[in-house]
Amino acid sequence: MITRRHLMKTSAAGGLVAASGLAAPVIAQDARIRLGYVSPQSGPLAAFSEADSYILEGFRASEAGSNFEVIVKDSQSNPNRAAEVAGELIIDDEVDMILVASTPETTNPVATTCEAEEIPCISTVAPWQPWFIGQQGNPGDPASWEPFFYAHHFFWGLEDVIDVFTAMWGQLDTNRAVGALFPNDGDGNAWGNPEVGFPPVLEAQGYTLTDPGRYQNLTDDFSAQINAFRQANVEIVTGVPIPPDFTTFWTQAKQQGFAPKAASIGKAILFPQAVDQLGEAGHNLSSEVWWSPSHPFSSSLTGQSAGELAAGYEAATGRQWTQPIGFVHALFEMAADSFARTSDAGDPDAVAEAIRAAQLESIVGRIAFDGAGLPPFAAQNVAKTPLVGGQWRRREGGGYDLVIVENGSQPAIPTGGTMQPLG
Amino acid sequence: MIWIDTLVQGVLLGGLYALFAVGLSIVFGIMRLVNLAHGDLIVVAAYLILVLVSLTGLSPFVAALLAAPAMAGAGWLLQRHVLNRTLGTDILPPLLVTFGLSIALQNALLEGFSADSQRLPAGPLATASLDLGAVTVGVLPLLTFASAIAVILALNWLFYRTELGRAFRATSDDAVTASLMGIRPATIFATATAIAMLVVTVAALYLGMRSNFDPNIGPARLIYAFEAVIIGGLGSLWGTLAGGIIIGVAQTVGAAINPEWQILAGHVAFLVVLLFRPRGLFPRAVD
Repeated sequence: MITRRHLMKTSAAGGLVAASGLAAPVIAQDARIRLGYVSPQSGPLAAFSEADSYILEGFRASEAGSNFEVIVKDSQSNPNRAAEVAGELIIDDEVDMILVASTPETTNPVATTCEAEEIPCISTVAPWQPWFIGQQGNPGDPASWEPFFYAHHFFWGLEDVIDVFTAMWGQLDTNRAVGALFPNDGDGNAWGNPEVGFPPVLEAQGYTLTDPGRYQNLTDDFSAQINAFRQANVEIVTGVPIPPDFTTFWTQAKQQGFAPKAASIGKAILFPQAVDQLGEAGHNLSSEVWWSPSHPFSSSLTGQSAGELAAGYEAATGRQWTQPIGFVHALFEMAADSFARTSDAGDPDAVAEAIRAAQLESIVGRIAFDGAGLPPFAAQNVAKTPLVGGQWRRREGGGYDLVIVENGSQPAIPTGGTMQPLG
Repeated sequence: MIWIDTLVQGVLLGGLYALFAVGLSIVFGIMRLVNLAHGDLIVVAAYLILVLVSLTGLSPFVAALLAAPAMAGAGWLLQRHVLNRTLGTDILPPLLVTFGLSIALQNALLEGFSADSQRLPAGPLATASLDLGAVTVGVLPLLTFASAIAVILALNWLFYRTELGRAFRATSDDAVTASLMGIRPATIFATATAIAMLVVTVAALYLGMRSNFDPNIGPARLIYAFEAVIIGGLGSLWGTLAGGIIIGVAQTVGAAINPEWQILAGHVAFLVVLLFRPRGLFPRAVD
């Protein structure tokens, strides 16, 4: 069978014999290894990639970084564009590995392209379920799911968010009545899934769930949800809305006098800028925390601690640190580590094997594809990183700080306080 | 109780949609120009207010007062030098030009302000509420609705009680005959767009205080504005308000049954009106 890899090998050999008389592909003649990096640098998801240039600068300046040439592509927050630039990286730039970050809309098309073109790929910043299951031919039939050979992913999963959220609520004295804001999109349907989402776990732990149904993104009115929550005497709100919808909901809830004791929200309040826009109403909202400056990890590339990396970013840009910073840095740690353990950087199979053999103590914690905490079908391609819970606390004079309040499953990550009810 | 609340919230939401729609209704009614960039112009106005607020620390309401003349001037120039050239018997050029304008505006905003979502700081007003016994309503939605009514009252006075309004109506009915009477349609059109931009600034003020906006959010707001204009009937501003309220109430009632039907219910209400009253509920005269 003629695969792209075989064709390249044979034509390269032919090219050497024929003294490059033909336009044969060039393989790793440059001593430097070529890395492609795809992320959403413009468009609605651009906040995820804010720190990209800072991280890249740090990587290029590091000792390991000097062995690499990084080619950066913008997905424009568009899945089709992401697949297109992945193709360009593979065919035009002939990269040896592709790194990709931020949301399934970016990671999935790129990982799928890499798997088809037999190029090693490391991806992050998307819960593993939408990454792994979302790339399967038939997401509805677990029996048909196949592992990947070239595509790899490190992040946490839905089960971790559920654990963290319920542990945060457990710190408060509530009536255990939960109201859900699950939109009709990939995340909302996964969170609200009656088999793998929140409903079964909440029921098992003695919570009652009020889920009024999947609403459309960019809804202008949430009084139906607020009425449903009020009727069910809901004291805890959770969900995974997009930022404009959460602002609309939260503002309307305040206007209509609905005041829950806790609101643990994914996605919408990930970035400090988004919380800031809620004004004072953002105080003590809670969210999952994947990375923070107080995480007790340090970089295998530069030796910087998490705190130093975040402080460097704030000094360089004048902007507050955000969670993707650590993970984008860890992507490049993974790339450097994998190639350091490979003898032939031009052999995709060897590189993919090296990725899978990783035992890396990175800035986001230990990354190892050992299947810990994962179902067997995902064990080969997914590595889980620690997840804790935090609350946004308003500073004197404006602005918000993320304080870790729940570390039940990750005692190594220090907390900065305990869960407080919403005022 | 819940039904009363659902209706009241729907009516107040309708006020916001009416504000989105009135500018579109003026432009559409007077020069038959479908402005596909209307939603993006609202977002541009919101950014303009935001810039004024962050530069001067003024309240968004005062900033909107300053932004309004600037938007009106921009609207006048846009109509005079760009959109007037596209008007004619063919309806395609204005559609294409405003579609292109929409994309250009989004990308210019993205370049200038990044994709961060923004919000106009309304302070305590954002969450203030009034307890009306049966229902609790937010002060801000109430203000939005009151502004929509005030805007429509003012525009109706302008259209039916002033010389300029007579010129608008005459040009709308028959531009050629109006020009025989000494009216310059090109100037009238530019003035109409300038007035529409004033309304756009008011819409931007309430959109920006109600929720987040970012450079790409404009087109999503355009569809409700269109529907409100069509439901209300061409040229009738009260009809546009009625159209906004019908969509708003349809959405909240749909959501009360099941949130999955919220957006759909608004669109279905629009289709039902089209089915039974193809010219809208309150069409002005014969066109």
